[in-house]
Amino acid sequence: MLTSLLSGDFPRSRALTAILLAIFALLALAPFLFPGTQPLNVAAKICYFIVLVASYDLLLGYTGIVSFAHTMFFGIGGYGVGLALYSWGADWGAVAAGVVIALVLSIVLSLVIGLVSLRVRTIFFAMITLAVASAFLILASQLSNLTGGEDGRSFSVPALLRPSFRLFEGQVFGVAVTGRIIVYYLVFLVSLALFLTMIRIVNSPFGRVLQAIRENTFRAEAIGYRTVVYRTIANCLGAGMATMAGALMALWLRYIGPETSLSFSIMIDILLMVVIGGMGTMYGAAIGATIFILAQNYLQSLMGLASKSLEGLPLLPKLLHPDRWLLWLGVLFILSVYFFPTGIVGRLRRN
Amino acid sequence: MTAIPATKAAVLPKLQRDWLPVLLVPIVAIVAFPLIGNFSGWLTLTVAGLAMGMMIFIMASGLTLVFGLMDVLNFGHGVFISIGAFAVTLVVVPLATMVQADSVLANVAVLLLCAVVAMTLTGALGWAFERAIVRPVYGQHLKQILVTMGGMIVAEQLIHVIWGADPISVPPPEAFRGSVLIGDAAIERYRILAVAVGLAVFVAMLLVLNRTKIGLLIRAGVENGEMVEALGYRIRQLFVGVFVAGSALAGLGGVMWAFYRQTLTPGMGMEVMVLIFIVIIIGGLGSVGGCFLGSLLVALVANYTGFLAPKVALGSNILLMVLILMWRPQGLYPVAKR
Repeated sequence: MLTSLLSGDFPRSRALTAILLAIFALLALAPFLFPGTQPLNVAAKICYFIVLVASYDLLLGYTGIVSFAHTMFFGIGGYGVGLALYSWGADWGAVAAGVVIALVLSIVLSLVIGLVSLRVRTIFFAMITLAVASAFLILASQLSNLTGGEDGRSFSVPALLRPSFRLFEGQVFGVAVTGRIIVYYLVFLVSLALFLTMIRIVNSPFGRVLQAIRENTFRAEAIGYRTVVYRTIANCLGAGMATMAGALMALWLRYIGPETSLSFSIMIDILLMVVIGGMGTMYGAAIGATIFILAQNYLQSLMGLASKSLEGLPLLPKLLHPDRWLLWLGVLFILSVYFFPTGIVGRLRRN
Repeated sequence: MTAIPATKAAVLPKLQRDWLPVLLVPIVAIVAFPLIGNFSGWLTLTVAGLAMGMMIFIMASGLTLVFGLMDVLNFGHGVFISIGAFAVTLVVVPLATMVQADSVLANVAVLLLCAVVAMTLTGALGWAFERAIVRPVYGQHLKQILVTMGGMIVAEQLIHVIWGADPISVPPPEAFRGSVLIGDAAIERYRILAVAVGLAVFVAMLLVLNRTKIGLLIRAGVENGEMVEALGYRIRQLFVGVFVAGSALAGLGGVMWAFYRQTLTPGMGMEVMVLIFIVIIIGGLGSVGGCFLGSLLVALVANYTGFLAPKVALGSNILLMVLILMWRPQGLYPVAKR
């Protein structure tokens, strides 16, 4: 049962297993363990970011493709669901239509980008995706009639998912089961399913070919695999998964705008999460996303304390200013690339 | 005796110059003219486009050379632009009276000082960046992209630490504010200056590359690095030199860009990086001449379409890149081995 769920790809390290189980348990029980809006927001964000980061790892870690257009697909998913709900009313049909339209658009777009530019080298692909993604960002903020421009769009979700909805009277473990908790579990379960699907994909024969391409493209081609085809499929799969993550985000936030889905800073966040967690392992994506988002939300207050306590010293308080948390994660990122290319997961597995 | 050089010249075939890409720039300008309709509007747009293109060229040229010579693509290049721009504050704030002074001489002196300070700073940083960040990952593209991105994140955050998070405003020196009238067309003085500086940098680069021994080695290194090493030259040192020069040029571009935008934000370098990447792809990775033409083309097309059809303008760069790559898949001037 467990073997087939995880596709035989076990964590292979006691510490890693413990961390993953902890993440799973905390996310599964989050609404009851930490009642309140802020912790639940963090938990939901971790859920859909795990999918997003894992789908990026499919490209970067498993296939060796550097794409900067991943937020574009994330945004397409978000805008697909968001705009469908906004313009066609808040029912499940709109959600389904939005997801399908977004998926088709993403896959067609990634297919075109892939066929045009995956034949060329890593660097070329990275630059072209960067250019396309930035054009898309400008497009989304300019077509304000459709997308709401810089302000984005707020929309309402189907009745079942609204905060005012009560599944039944009374409480479970002292928490009222509202529509908010139902959305959370929807996000959680879909994320879990997508994550397990990706583990399945990378451990299939197809996934092995992707890793072969990463290790030595020339040799993979010589053995007889059409590397362009495999890379393009990987690119489309990654794009599709990112689109799903975007759709989940839109359902959770009930808002979509360029800052939350398309901006370049999110792309950098994803990159940091993949590399710090561990490239080439799906578990790394889960750990990287969790650590990063926790840091984003809680490290800042810690740094604020440290900064206060060091007041009066030159420069140090400024370096520890709460807004500079990205500085330290950036340093960690560089160190990871040099010293542990397999990230936290690789580190734990070696011990 | 005198006959020998003559026969030599006769034997060596003259180097074939590829003029077609060069013609693209005037063609674009001429095609745009009837579409815009009036001369003064066209002139304003053209000068604006040229100025913009020159600034992009200054910022992009270092990147393309570094790539051509060592196959290193520095995704953190944008940070040198930002740092060059912020270095302006080091000069402009203490010398505020000279910036506002009504004498051209003082204004030019301030500008020169800005350029020197920024280039020294970014050059030194480029040297450190090469040592600490780029050197350990030679030849590994994936790691190169990741690690230079990381360097960019850290450096951008350090700008926040040093200069604070609020946007800083830097008005250009008095002599370069406002505009001059040519016929009916109002042309901003600063844009004329940008064109002049860009041309000067381009000519200087051409002279160094084509007329000096260092330039010969660089060109040879771009063509075939192993051969240059086999002949006994240390290509690594050459590369460090080019990297430092490229960073310093990015700093100079940053200074020009800072006075053009007049507000400084730490992310300003990264914002132009997208344009710069498009430019060096269009030009052919590693080619300075291609980079120059690419910059002018991108900027002119962006300006014209911005005027004629603002909605299309967003995609115009991408469209231009696709068109050029369909015509010449390796860019305007493909560099031999890549």
